[in-house]
Amino acid sequence: MSKPNWYMLTLVGRDRPGIVAHVTHALYEGGCNLGEASMMRLGGNFTMMMMVRYEGAARALAELVEPVSESLGLRLHVDRISGALHHHLEPDVRITVSGADRAGIVAQVTGALAEAGLNILNLESDVAGSEDEPLYIMHIEGQATEGIEALQSALDIVTRNGVKASLAPMDTLIG
Amino acid sequence: MAILDILTWPDPRLKETAQPVTTFDETLHAFIKDLEETMRAGPGAVGIAATQVGSLQRVIIIDASSRKNVPHHGRQVLINPEITHWEGYAVGREGCLSVPDYTGNVIRAERITVEALDEAGATHTWRMEGFEARLAQHEIDHLDGLLFLDRLVSRRHDLYRRKRYD
Ligand SMILES: [Zn+2]
Repeated sequence: MSKPNWYMLTLVGRDRPGIVAHVTHALYEGGCNLGEASMMRLGGNFTMMMMVRYEGAARALAELVEPVSESLGLRLHVDRISGALHHHLEPDVRITVSGADRAGIVAQVTGALAEAGLNILNLESDVAGSEDEPLYIMHIEGQATEGIEALQSALDIVTRNGVKASLAPMDTLIG
Repeated sequence: MAILDILTWPDPRLKETAQPVTTFDETLHAFIKDLEETMRAGPGAVGIAATQVGSLQRVIIIDASSRKNVPHHGRQVLINPEITHWEGYAVGREGCLSVPDYTGNVIRAERITVEALDEAGATHTWRMEGFEARLAQHEIDHLDGLLFLDRLVSRRHDLYRRKRYD
C-alpha cells in the first residue's frame, strides 16, 4: 500500500438538500478518511472544503467523487496538500492592518490576501482611536502558501486605498 | 535508544528545579542519546530539556540548523548552562512539546552569552542571537521549572490555540 496523501477537496454549486451526505458517502465508499471540513451557503450557493486522506492519486480521487458531483451540478476541484498525522498548522506570517472603516478593511484585505495565497489561521480585531474617529486594527496570522512576496504585493495594492498594513514573517519555535 | 515520554502541562514535575550534572559517564551519555531521539521525534521540535522527560538534571539539547537564514551553532548539548549576558529584547512565537495545544508570544533577550559544559564536562562559552538565543532561553527556563506560559505578558492576547488535523 502506498503512503496516504492529504487532499483538499473543494465543491461549489447551487445549494440543494443532501449534498454533504452524498459526497461523504462516495468518499467513504472509496476508502477515504475525512479531516477538517468547512461549508458555507452564500446566496443560494453552496461551497464545501474538505480535507481528505486517500491512498491514490488526485486524479483517482476526483474520479471517485465525479459521479456524485456531476449529478448534483457541483464543480469539483482537488488539490494535493502537504500534511501528516497529528501535525499542527503553524502560521508563518503575521499581518497587521489598520484603517477607519471596519467592514471595508476586513473584506478588502482578507480578499486580496486570500487571492495571494494566504491561509488564515487567526484573525483578531481591536478598536483604537477616539469614539468620533475610531481606528480599526486587525491582526491576521496565517500560512503564506505562495510566498511572502505575493502577500506583500497584495498589501501594497490595498494600502493605496487609505489602509495601513504591515507584514512580518513568523517562525514558531517548538521546544 | 528509546523515545522517552514527554510530560505535559499541568504536570507538577514541569515546575521543579533541575540539579547540576556532576558525573559525566556512560549513563549520562545514554540519557542524552534518548533525549535527542525524543526531541527528533517531536513534530517540528528544535530543542528539549531533561525536565520535559521527568529527569531533573540540568541538560538541554538545541538545534536551530533546520532554519534558513538564522545564525546558529548546529546541534548542541548544553550541560549546566548559565546565561551570563543579555542584550536587547524581541517578541517571538513559541510552542512547547510539553504544551501541545497552544503557542504564545514571548519576550526574550535578542542576544545572550551562555556558559555551559559539553558531554565530556569541558566548559565553553557561546554567543547566541535571534532564534537560537530564544531557543536556549526557552530550554534553560525548563530547568528552572518555567514554561513559556509563565512568560506571557497577557494570556488573553498572547496565547493561541493551535490548529491541528489528522
Ligand atoms: Zn518547551
